Order: sequence, then C-alpha cells, then structure tokens
Amino acid sequence: MNDQTPTSVERSAKLKGLGVSRKRVEDVRFTQGKGNYIDDIKMDGMLFGDFVRSPYAHARVKSINIEKAMALPGVIAVLTAKDLEPLGLHWMPTLAGDKQMVLADGKVLFQGQEVAFVIAEDRYINADAIELVEVEYDELPVLIDANAAMAPDAPVLREDLAGQTSGAHGARKHHNHIFLWEVGDEAATDEVIANADVVAEETVYYHRTHPCPLETCGCVASMDKVNGKLTLYGTFQAPHVVRTVASLLSGIEEHNIRVVSPDIGGGFGNKVGVYPGYVCSIVASIVTGRPVKWVEDRMDNLMATAFARDYWMKGKISATKAGKITGLHCHVTADHGAFDACADPTKFPAGFMSICTGSYDIPVAYLGVDGVYTNKAPGGVSYRCSFRVTEAAYFIERMIEVLAIKLNMDAAELRRINFIKKEQFPYNSALGWEYDSGDYHTAWDKALKAVGYDGLRKEQAERVAAFKRGETRKLLGVGLSFFTEIVGAGPVKNCDILGMGMFDSCEIRIHPTGSAIARLGTISQGQGHATTFAQILASEIGISADSITIEEGDTDTAPYGLGTYGSRSTPVAGAAAAMAGRKIRAKAQMIAAYLLEVHDGDLEWDIDRFVVKGSPEQFKTMTEIAYASYNQAIPGVEPGLEAVSYYDPPNMTYPFGAYICVMEIDVDTGVHEVRHFYALDDCGTRINPMIIEGQVHGGATEAYAIAMGQEMAYDEIGNVKTSTLMDFFLPTSWETPTYTTDFTETPSPHHPIGAKGVGESPNVGGVPAFSNAVHDAFRPFGLKHSHMPHDQWRIWRIAKDLGLHG
Amino acid sequence: MSKMHLKLTVNGKAEELMVEPRELLIHVLREKLNITGPHIGCETSHCGACTVDMNGKSVKSCTVFAAQANGADVTTIEGLSPHGEMNVLQNAFREHHGLQCGFCTPGMITRAHRLLQENPTPTEEEVRFGMAGNLCRCTGYQNIVKSVLAAASELNAAKEAAE
Repeated sequence: MNDQTPTSVERSAKLKGLGVSRKRVEDVRFTQGKGNYIDDIKMDGMLFGDFVRSPYAHARVKSINIEKAMALPGVIAVLTAKDLEPLGLHWMPTLAGDKQMVLADGKVLFQGQEVAFVIAEDRYINADAIELVEVEYDELPVLIDANAAMAPDAPVLREDLAGQTSGAHGARKHHNHIFLWEVGDEAATDEVIANADVVAEETVYYHRTHPCPLETCGCVASMDKVNGKLTLYGTFQAPHVVRTVASLLSGIEEHNIRVVSPDIGGGFGNKVGVYPGYVCSIVASIVTGRPVKWVEDRMDNLMATAFARDYWMKGKISATKAGKITGLHCHVTADHGAFDACADPTKFPAGFMSICTGSYDIPVAYLGVDGVYTNKAPGGVSYRCSFRVTEAAYFIERMIEVLAIKLNMDAAELRRINFIKKEQFPYNSALGWEYDSGDYHTAWDKALKAVGYDGLRKEQAERVAAFKRGETRKLLGVGLSFFTEIVGAGPVKNCDILGMGMFDSCEIRIHPTGSAIARLGTISQGQGHATTFAQILASEIGISADSITIEEGDTDTAPYGLGTYGSRSTPVAGAAAAMAGRKIRAKAQMIAAYLLEVHDGDLEWDIDRFVVKGSPEQFKTMTEIAYASYNQAIPGVEPGLEAVSYYDPPNMTYPFGAYICVMEIDVDTGVHEVRHFYALDDCGTRINPMIIEGQVHGGATEAYAIAMGQEMAYDEIGNVKTSTLMDFFLPTSWETPTYTTDFTETPSPHHPIGAKGVGESPNVGGVPAFSNAVHDAFRPFGLKHSHMPHDQWRIWRIAKDLGLHG
Repeated sequence: MSKMHLKLTVNGKAEELMVEPRELLIHVLREKLNITGPHIGCETSHCGACTVDMNGKSVKSCTVFAAQANGADVTTIEGLSPHGEMNVLQNAFREHHGLQCGFCTPGMITRAHRLLQENPTPTEEEVRFGMAGNLCRCTGYQNIVKSVLAAASELNAAKEAAE
C-alpha cells in the first residue's frame, strides 16, 4: 500500500528544491583538500611544458638558439614556430575571427608573448632550460596608447595583415584598425543632441584589468598513439567548444578527442579562451608520445592570458531642462591588444555593449566601437560579466552622474524619472534589445529607503560645511548605481561561438530505485552547479536533490553545451534541466496512468507523485514510477526513464539591481573607507538564496578591487607593471567591505522557471557604485569625472587638483 | 643537481626522501608525497593557497625550501580530517557557505585552524586581520569570516561543556 503519512509540507521539504538554501554538495570534498584541479592530475610518464616568453612588447625575433637547452639532461624538446609551421599550427584562429601566433613567428607583439615551448622531465629542469634558450631580438617602436593607434604614423603591428582592407567584422580603416561596429541611428541621435536643452559630455575610461582566478590556466594533453585518442584535461569554461576547436586545428576526428574540465579554481572569464599552451601541449604529446602538462605561473597568467575591459568610451547625453533624457551617443576606442582574441558571440565584436542605454527609457541612441591593435596581451574577455556589460553599465551610470551635475539635480531623482516603467516591459531599447521584464521603480525606492538616502544627503551637506569650516578632513560620498544586465546568451539565431549556436543541454537518467544522474553542457567554477541544478530538477521531477548526481565537464559523457560564462548556466542550461525534467514527468505520467488504470488526463502532479484527480488516496510516487519503468512491460511505452533537452532560449534574460555605496574619504591621504554597501538584486526566481548571497559578496568584492585599485598597467615601452600579486590588487579580508544584500523578485517571463542568473550582476552594478561614491564625495567641490582605478594616489590627486590640500 | 636527504613528519607520518636543496616544500608535498590539498596560486607567498602548518606556525609552503623543512612537523588540510570526517572548521565553512570554487579553501582552513590556536576567541576584526594572508577570489570573505567565528564559538562551547 502507498504510505500517505508525510504531509505535503514534509514531502516538499524533503525535495530541497527551488528556493531552499541547500548546503553545497561540493564542499565535502573541497573542505578536506580532495578537490581535483588541473595541477592535481598526474599521469604515468608525464612531462612538463613551459614557455620562453618575450621580454619585449614589440621586437623582431632574429634568431632562436636551443642548443644549450637541448644539452641539459632531462630536456626532451624545444618547440618553436618553425616546428609548428609544417603542421599549420604556428598560428591559430581566435574566437573573434582573427588569428594569433601560437609561438613567435618572426616577431613578438606583447611582453610575455610565447616564443618557444620547452618540454622536460620536471618543472625544475624546465625552468633551467628556459634560461638556456637564447633568443636575439631587434626592438621595434611600441604602441601602448589605444588613442594613438590610428595615427597615420603609428607603428605597424600586424604585418601579417598588410593590404587587408577588411576583417571578420567589416572594413579596416588603418593598419592598426580591427573593426568598426555600429548600432543605432547616428544621424537621428546627433540631431536630437544638437537641438537639446542640455547636453553633458564625458570621456570615460574603463581601464584594463584581469580576471586573475586564484588557479591559473593549464592543461594535461595525452595522445594515445595505440588507439588514436587524444585526452585533454584543462581549465576550460567551455570544454565542448574546446573539443571542436581541437578537432578542427589538429585534424583528429572529434570522436577521438575527449576533453575534460576537472574542478576549476575560479574562471571569471579567464578560462574561456584557447591559449597557445593548450596547442603546444597537444603537439608536444603527439610528438613525444607522452602526456604533457602545462600550468601557468601567476606572472604568465597576468601577462599573457585574457585580460578584460580597456575601453575608452566617449559619451554625449542630452536631456530636457526637467531632466528627461532625449538621446545618447557613445563612441568607444577598444584596445584589443596584439591579436583580436575577444571572447564574444560572433556577430557581436563589442559584445553586448549596446546595452549601454542601461535601465533608462532613451528614445534614440547610437553606439560605435572601433577596435584597435596595440602592443598589449590579447584577450578582452568578460571578467565576471556578460559580454562587455560591465563597460556598458559603467558608462551609462557615469553619464547619468555627469548629466545630474549639469542639470544641478539629485542623481537618484534623475534616475527615477528616466527608468523604464514596469508597464513598458517587454521593452524595446533604442539599440535593439527586448528587455524581458523589470520593475525598476520598486527596487530603487526599496534601496533608497534601506540606506536612508535623504538622511545621507543631509549628513553629506553638513560634512561639506564642516570641511569648509576646517573641522574635518574627511568627505562623505554616496555612490548610486542602477544596472540592467543582459545574460544567458543566447538565442541560436543571433548568438554563436565559432559557429556553434549558444544553446545548452541537460540529459537525465532516472535509476530503477528512484535516484538520478543528470549531465549538463556547462561547467562549474565555484558557482555550485552540483547543488543548484539538482534543486531545479528536484522541483521538476519530485526526486530529492540529495538523490540527484550532477555531472559536467567530460565531453565523452555530457551532452554538447556552450559552457559557463556570461551568467548563462542558469538561464540556458538551467532551462534545459527544467525542460528535460518535464519530459521525464510526461513519461512518468503515462506510466502512472497505466499503473493506476486511469487515463493520463485523470492524473495531476503533486510534489513527488501523480495523484488521481479527486481521489487523493490513489497515487504513484516518482520512486514507484521509476521502478515500474524498468520492471514492467507497459504497452506503447519504452522501458527506462531518461530524457534529454537541448534548450535554445527565445531571448536573453535581464537581471537588474540597485547598489548603493557610502564611503568616507580622507582628502589628505586618499584613503577611503566603505561605511555601508547595500546590494539589491533581482535575478528573477531564486534557486538557492545562500548561493545567490555568496555570489553577490564575491562579485561585489571583484567590483571593489577593479574600482579601487586593480589594473593591468603598462609603461611606455610596454613593460607590464602589475604582473605579480605584489602589484596587482586583490583585496584581502582586511580591506574588503561588508555587504548588505537584499532582493526583489521579477521572474523572467520566457524562462521555464523564471530564473535570470546572478553571478555577474554584483560586478556590473558594483563598479559604478564604488566609483560614483568617490566622485560623489568630491562633487560639491567641482569634480566631474576622474578615471578609475581610484587607488589612494589617484584619490589624493583628485583632492590636490581641486585645491583641497590648501 | 646534488640531492639531500630530507626527513620530516607530514600529517603525523614520518617521511624520508631525497630532494634537491632548491626544491620548494609545496612541490615536495604535491609532487613527491601526493598531498595535493595545498594549492599553488602565486608562487610569491601572496595568496596563501599553499598554506600549511609547520612546527605550529602557518607558513606558505611555496616559499619554504624543502631543506628548511628538514625535521619539521607539517600539517596540511588532509591532516585536519584524517578519517574523512569533516572537523568543526570544515563543517562551519560548509554551513556558512565560506567557499565557492574551493581552490583557496585548504589554505584558508589550515590558516584558520592555526589562528584559532593562537587566539581561540577572536573578534571579527581579529579574524579579518589574522586571515589577511589568504586570498579568496570568490566569496568576498564575508562568509569566510562568519565561518571562522562560528567555528570558534562551537569549539569554545565544546571546551566549556567538557570542563
């Protein structure tokens, strides 16, 4: 007989489904040092590979002499471009439609560029051998300033592109030009701005920085010459795409390549790209017949693998006297470094920068982005954000502040009167996006009330008066930020990576005794997928999350997916999980109907079982159904209980939020103190509030770092000035602020469970909140704009330039 | 390069091996002794992912020569839960979501373990100061601090109950 004892509340609680702060299943391994990261992987006979790197930012390579290195016992081989050329692998295609040197082919274009690949028995011999490789260089003039890239007499960087007047994204106007990408109506925008009551203009630089995950990039390549199979373990945010690329580059059939992403020690965009280290390791394994491991050190990681940002954004924003925004014009000079290796969907060379109208109802707008080459590392990934969305959010949130100054208006009020209204959703923006849902006014009012906004403004005014009377040397800044993200790329019709549509996938197999395994095309890097995807499924199929194993990252077992970045796992793979779960449920309903001898339509779903309508004592639990699916011959129904879903999202999702930072600034030292940081996020349906809060803390801390000191800085001859953690700012527990988190919940109307994604919102919203706090502190003294990062020195400079040091 | 004879105790077990004097403790642990809990994040002693306990002090094993560890008593994250059962700190990190990608976690917990020996009743400020040598890129530290404080309370309550 069926046991009806547990109440629906008890049954529901047992599932640990949506909305539960379920403890993470990953943590049992991780807290005991039993994670399995790339450098933990060891194989019999494994060799170590590492690079000889260029000390120069721009130089001709005259000669490479490997003799002394080869003479060192334990050195197996030293690969140079000459060795890769016969294989056609001395250059490789980039994700952005450009090509990139795998090893220096005649010249080097940035400091830290890969010149030769040394393969040795161990790391120490390898390090010794690298010192013994003799490379002769002839220095060339260096181009570091993106704004000078298109000067007529600028140094020619990419001689390989000589005479090419068009690239992957249209016409090239200059030897250092990559593309011009335009969205919107420039003529109409110019006209509105020319005739506007008020126009504010500013150049906003979002400096170059780096995702710098705590674990660097690496791989282990193992070519089994007996069975012709290549196994590639690596720190890949998109393992399936890596498999396809590896197949296309190497000519090895895709079924003979197995790519595995083991545990990943943070990605933040840095592990999306394909790097020379992967290519060289594969070649080295093929050549030597032994497994080859390559793992970057921290300097390699900061100097050579994918950077983020580096956008010079020139803006004009127009408004009526009452503050209603009428138009927005934005031109970006995008510094892509030596090769265009940005990780963006193919048709979006500047990512989703065209979300730069932000959360505001702006009738007409234009965006133009000129990508240029410089002697810096390639990359241009989305560091904890969807493609270029941090740049867009920072730009518009600075422009709003600059406009508020021009209008002599409160910046909170200026935002309020320009927000897209709740009833305008779905909203079509001037730059072509359809915002799926939102309720900005409610979120904004909640945030302002929570921080006591009016009181803060009063306190600030009193502080300014006290400062002027000489009673204090500290100023108070209130940093406002309201952001709209665009995540979950994306519809296959307009989003692809190297031609692969950006769908994602989930495959579920229910075992006879009612537990399950689900595999997805994504890969967790700390987001807790093993915990949260099981929660989505638990709510869909009525099996406790504790009884569902989640697997990702092994291309031999997981269904094809586009990976984890741009907050796409929940919007896309999460949706695939829900849809696959619904297929399971549909089949389960047929089985239950057979077992209960009723028609399918006579059954209704109740948490973990199908119940005969109007007859609650007649039911079959999912566990009973699972067993029946394996042990009964049910007419017209195949045995087993499995489902797979490939989900192509109909639209992106648009998470939003309101962040406010209250900051004290000492004008004499430039030292700041974050007194309060309030973060309200609306990520739609909330799957695991504990994990959401953790994501917000982490993303806000990365935002804090970027806004307040983290940068990839170069000197005028292209030396990287921030290539170790001594110089590259990663905040410690000591200086990191404490965050207050809050939420509203506006489900996505097109996502199966209404979820929108959250991991990146805090970085998108956080940077303008911190930066605006610095600007706001100095607004009463005439500051309009000052570039990030706002480290102590730069804040001190602001105070000095405003004459506040007396 | 000539090798030296190294003797040390790791997680209560006596180990004896030949190493180059220049070899780093983290490499000896990870490559030779297969103790892969401590990780390498920077190799310049800034990030603390390689933190182990050596003779009762937290050290960053990426900047300790193996030779310096001769005769030492070393405890790594593996030594804190030798029987596969999470200890109070490990449980607290799980309970309070004090980790995400898990890469910094072994060093973080090993450091917290020593911190609570040095100061069994730390304030939040003392935890933030005492843990500042260990970087985390995922959590923003708020839940790490919460985890360490919760573990301290639990350990102190257990001690009081035992007295």
